[in-house]
Amino acid sequence: MTNSLFGPLHDVAEEAGYADPPERAGFFTDTSVCIGCKACEVACKEWNAIPEDGYALTGMSYDNTGALGASTWRHVAFIEQSAPREVDQGDGASRWLMASDVCKHCTHAACLDVCPTGALFRTEFATVVVQQDICNGCAYCVSACPYGVIDRREDDGRAWKCTMCYDRLGDGMEPACAKACPTDSIQYGPLDELRERARERLGDLHDQGVTEARLYGEDENDGVGGDGAFFLLLDEPETYGLPPDPVVTTRDLPAMWKWAGGAAAALAGCVAVSFLGRR
Amino acid sequence: MVPRAEFGSYYGRPILKRPRWKAPHMPGYLYFGGLSGAAATMAAMADATGRRRLSLTGRLTALTAAAAGSALLIDELGRPERFLHMLRVFKPTSPMSVGSWVLAAHGGLTGAAAASAVTGIAPRLGRAAGAGAALTGPVLATYTGVLIADTAVPAWHEGYRHLPLLFAGSALASAGAVGMAAVPGREGAPARRMVVLGAGLELAAAGMLERGKGMREEPELVSEPYRIGRAGALLRYGRALTAAGAAGTLVAGRSRTAAVMSALAVTGGALCTRFAVLYAGHASAEDPKYTVVPQRARVTRA
Repeated sequence: MTNSLFGPLHDVAEEAGYADPPERAGFFTDTSVCIGCKACEVACKEWNAIPEDGYALTGMSYDNTGALGASTWRHVAFIEQSAPREVDQGDGASRWLMASDVCKHCTHAACLDVCPTGALFRTEFATVVVQQDICNGCAYCVSACPYGVIDRREDDGRAWKCTMCYDRLGDGMEPACAKACPTDSIQYGPLDELRERARERLGDLHDQGVTEARLYGEDENDGVGGDGAFFLLLDEPETYGLPPDPVVTTRDLPAMWKWAGGAAAALAGCVAVSFLGRR
Repeated sequence: MVPRAEFGSYYGRPILKRPRWKAPHMPGYLYFGGLSGAAATMAAMADATGRRRLSLTGRLTALTAAAAGSALLIDELGRPERFLHMLRVFKPTSPMSVGSWVLAAHGGLTGAAAASAVTGIAPRLGRAAGAGAALTGPVLATYTGVLIADTAVPAWHEGYRHLPLLFAGSALASAGAVGMAAVPGREGAPARRMVVLGAGLELAAAGMLERGKGMREEPELVSEPYRIGRAGALLRYGRALTAAGAAGTLVAGRSRTAAVMSALAVTGGALCTRFAVLYAGHASAEDPKYTVVPQRARVTRA
C-alpha cells in the first residue's frame, strides 16, 4: 500500500487487486510525425459510437473539437508557429505543430480516486475506464482530472472518456486510434517497450538538431506517477494545452483530512464554549 | 493587483474542465450541510444543559437542513435516479463517498432525534440519536472543505487549509442565527455566542483565503479568483453581512427584532460566502493562467 496516493508505482494493476495481470499497456504519441489527418479522432468515434461534435471549426486553425471531452476521446491540436526555431529555415519560416491528445491513464488517476460510486475502475491492463451503468453523474471526476480530460455529457448525465478501447484490448487488438494512424504517430504496446522506443526517437531528434524535442508523461517520478499515455512534444506542454507539471490531487489528501479534522474540532469546541456559563 | 501573467497556452483555451457543479445547488448544499451539522451539535448541548426550546429548534433545523441539502445534492447529479449508487461502496480516497455515508448517518440520526422530540416517543432513544448527530454534525459541516479541495481546480485545491475552517465558522454562525431568531431571551444566549464566534472564524478564514496566506505556490495569483470578479464581490458582500450580523448580535442583546435582523444578515453572509467559493472555482478552472503559471514556476525552479 506504499505510494497508493502518490509517487512511483510499479505494479499498477496488481495494486488494484489483479492477480497476475498482463503487462501494462499504453500509448506513445510521437507528435513529430503527426500530420493532423484526424484519422484517430474518426476511428475513435466510429469504434466507440461516440456522438458527433459538430462540423464547425473553432476559428483557430483546423481544430473543430477544441479539447478532449465527453464526446471527444482523441483531440488533434493544430498550432501554427512563425519562426519559432533557432534552426535556420530561411526567412519567414513557420511550422505546424500537430498533436493527438488523449486520456493519460495516469498511474495515480485522480478521477478514479475521487469517484464515489466505483463507476471508474482500473482494468487488468492498468488503464482507467468508466462503467456506464454505474456512473451517477456526480461530476467529481471532471473537477479532479489535472489534464481536463474527462467530462459529463449533459444530455445523458454520465461521465465519459477514452477507454483505450478496453473491448479491443481484451481480444488482443490494438486501440482503434493507433490502428488507424497512418504515420505511427500513435503507438500502442507494452509501456516499458514504448518508453525505450521513445527515448531512442528522442535521441535521434536531438542528434538531428531538433533540440526542443522532449518527452512528456513518461517519468514515473512525476506528479501522477507517470502516464499510461505519454507524448513526444516539440515545444512546452502548455503550447499543446497540456499542464506543465500536473500533480494528482490525492497527494495532499491526508493533509486535507487533518485540516478538516481540526476545523471539526474547532466547531465542536466553539459550540461547547457557547454553552458555558450560568443559565 | 497581480501583474499580467505571461504564459503559453493553446490559443488561450482552458486546460482544466470547468466544474460541472452549479448554483444554487452546490452552494446551497454547502450551506444546508453546515447548518444541519452545527444545529445538531447545538441541539445536543442545549438538551444536555436543559434548554428545551433551543434543543427543539436545533433538532428541527438539523433535520430540515439535512433534507434540503440532500435534495439539492441529488438534483445536481447527472443521473439523480442513481443516487443510491453513492452507497454501493465506501471509498476513503473519495471525500464524496465518505460524505455520502456521513450525510446518510447524520440524516438518519437527526430524523430520529427530531421525531422523538416532537412526538415524545422513545425519549431516551431520541436523546441518544441527538448525541450521535452531535458527533456527525461537525464532520458534515467541514468535510465539504475537503470535498472541493480534493480537485485539480487551483483556487480550491490550494485553499485546502482554509476551506474547512471557513465552512466550520460559517456553519456555527448559520446555526446560531436560526437559534437566536427562534429562541429569544436568556435561553437563546448560547446561540448568540455561536453567531459571534462563528462569524469571527468565518471572517478570519475568508481573509486568509483571499490573501493566499499559507498557500505554497504563487499564492498571490492562485488566490486571485477570490478577490476579483463575481466571487470577489460576493466575498466582500458576505463579509459586510456577516460582520453586521455579528455586531447586531452583540449589541442587540435580547431584542427580538434585532435578533431576527442579525440572523438574516448572518445567513445572507453565509450564503454569499458559499456562492463566492463556487464562482472562484469556476474562474480558476476557466483561465489557463491559474494552471500554467504556478506549474511552470515549479518546473523552472526544479
